[in-house]
Amino acid sequence: MALLEVIGLNKYFDGFHVLKDISFSVEKGEVVVILGPSGSGKSTLLRCINGLEEIQSGQIKLNGEVINEDSTKWHLIRQKIGMVFQSYDLFPHMTVFENILLGPLKAQKRDKKEVARQAEELLNRVGLLDRKNFYPRQLSGGQRQRVAIVRALCMNPELMLFDEVTASLDPEMVREVLDVMLELAKEGMTMIIVTHEMEFAKAVADRIIFLDGGEITEVAGAQEFFTDPKTERAKNFLNIFNFKEYKKGVDNNEKI
Amino acid sequence: MDIGFILEISSLYLEAAKFTLKLASIGIILSLLIGLFCSLVNYYKVKFLKKIVNWYIELSRNTPLLIQLFFLYYGLPKVGIKLGAFTCAVIGLAFLGGSYMAEAFRGGLEAVSKAQIEAGLSIGLTKAQVTRYIIFPQALAVSIPSIGANAIFIIKETSIVSAISLKDLMFVTKDIIGIYYKTNEALLMLVVAYLIILLPLSLLLTYIERRLRYAGFGN
Amino acid sequence: MQDLGIRVLIEGNNLYRLMGGLLITIRIAIISAIISILFGIPFGIVMTSKNKLVRFVCRTYLEAVRIIPVMVWLFIFYFGVPKLTGIHIAGDVVSVIVFSIWGTAEMGDLVRGAVTSLPKHQKESGKAIGLTNLQIYSYIIIPQSIRRLLPGTINLVTRMIKTTSLVVLIGVVEVLKVGQQVIESFVLQSPSASFWVYGFIFFLYFIICYPISLFARKLELRWKE
Repeated sequence: MALLEVIGLNKYFDGFHVLKDISFSVEKGEVVVILGPSGSGKSTLLRCINGLEEIQSGQIKLNGEVINEDSTKWHLIRQKIGMVFQSYDLFPHMTVFENILLGPLKAQKRDKKEVARQAEELLNRVGLLDRKNFYPRQLSGGQRQRVAIVRALCMNPELMLFDEVTASLDPEMVREVLDVMLELAKEGMTMIIVTHEMEFAKAVADRIIFLDGGEITEVAGAQEFFTDPKTERAKNFLNIFNFKEYKKGVDNNEKI
Repeated sequence: MDIGFILEISSLYLEAAKFTLKLASIGIILSLLIGLFCSLVNYYKVKFLKKIVNWYIELSRNTPLLIQLFFLYYGLPKVGIKLGAFTCAVIGLAFLGGSYMAEAFRGGLEAVSKAQIEAGLSIGLTKAQVTRYIIFPQALAVSIPSIGANAIFIIKETSIVSAISLKDLMFVTKDIIGIYYKTNEALLMLVVAYLIILLPLSLLLTYIERRLRYAGFGN
Repeated sequence: MQDLGIRVLIEGNNLYRLMGGLLITIRIAIISAIISILFGIPFGIVMTSKNKLVRFVCRTYLEAVRIIPVMVWLFIFYFGVPKLTGIHIAGDVVSVIVFSIWGTAEMGDLVRGAVTSLPKHQKESGKAIGLTNLQIYSYIIIPQSIRRLLPGTINLVTRMIKTTSLVVLIGVVEVLKVGQQVIESFVLQSPSASFWVYGFIFFLYFIICYPISLFARKLELRWKE
């Protein structure tokens, strides 16, 4: 049985059909990367899976159980689905450690000692144990994002959602965050990742889902998608990241 | 300037200052409660209450305290509602201050970004927990400068309650000018008394404001 | 005798008298507001000066005016100044003086806020194309500041109208005083007069201030976009 199953999901936004009949599933331990042009609905899809956006029709199943019903207690579901946002969104009035402990202590009501031990261990793994008593404003963007990942991980989620987590970072900080995610993938964490980092996607993904105009237009293994995309739209999309045809001093006007 | 006279009247001013502070403190506390209530009604868009709250805010913000006091103290008894002068002053200050505090809290609540709320939800907190652990602390930090400024404003507004014969600093001053004709001494003491009350508060507020700006909560 | 109730307001020339009183209130507010704006704009620009001493003097003036209640300032000018100088000033003149001193300070702070909130490069690009300081202010800074300034200025005007109610306490015959006179002269025919008269004055202030603050809010919302 798949860990996550999305069946026939439709989402409208002010009468605008932003997600059209989306169906896919994610197996336990699988890393799925969602690619697509901006405005294609990638982030919205992630937010629907975490119940931050309502959907108009379709089903979302976690471990075979439908989680998008009126009776769904989202705060319980979200304890199993970790999410990391583009803008980190650490709580500015709490230290790094308090940020990480809030969910496990208040939402999961776990033992403080046990959680503290786990939090320290996780912080150590992302190289930030010495920052545990810092406030978010004292950290760099890359450090904040690593803390945000730890904050989600400390809930022991079954599935992690990453929503363009490197998009607001300075280039030199992107790597430190991606390394943490690669590490997680290696350990077998189930992840759905929205990103614009193509090389990273190629390295981390078991499967690529290509989203365009609110529709899934292509699903393929990572190697296959990048070397031999099937649809025209995917080809065009991949070409945007290609600078091979550009040469200095050569008249490129025709191509532009 | 008659120093001996100043010493003589200083105990009167001390009493009056105590009275002013007592009145202002009650006014500020009630204003905070009313303001918090109103801002929460608006923030959570409570249907029917929202309308009442907004009308109250408009009424409060667009009428002078002095007129409110005259109406409460001289007008209402004629239709059978008799309130003591002190009660009137408290009601008037709370009625006025409540809308200002509501505005201060509103600013704080609006400064808490949607992303912060979602980040709270995404780690499995319930809505009530998000309100308690994330929205409140951040909103309060943003609101504190305005709350402080409003508190000072309310203290200053108490300066008109002598109009309904309450014995505050202004009342004592007018009394001394009337009886002894020692205008300079009385006015000096009046200014000194207000400065002793307001200057430390104002400096404290400036200090807190700087600290909070450094902390950089909200947007 | 039967109580006139709300009809006390239209009995005799009562309404006319009350409106006359209101006019005095409004006149004090408007004159003070105009003076405040005229002096406040240059004062605000001076407040943005680079000279530390100038800034300190301005700041001291602003804070001194702010920290003491307006009521106290009215007392100082009404009771204190005649005592010190021997010149008696009428209550309405005192009011205009005090409100103008207070309003200039507040207006100045609004102007300072509006000017300093402009991005620095606006001034620099003015310099870069060779404008003089005066030209920079008249063509670049002031036109852009007005948008940021207008809502606050309108709010200041409503605050001034509301504060004008205090002048009754230094003996100016304005709407509240006229109200008292009406109540006194109708104490027999209309025992409930103070309820209706004060209620009416309350209402008058509201219908004057409410549209103005509504307008300020509309402007603010529109220009925020």
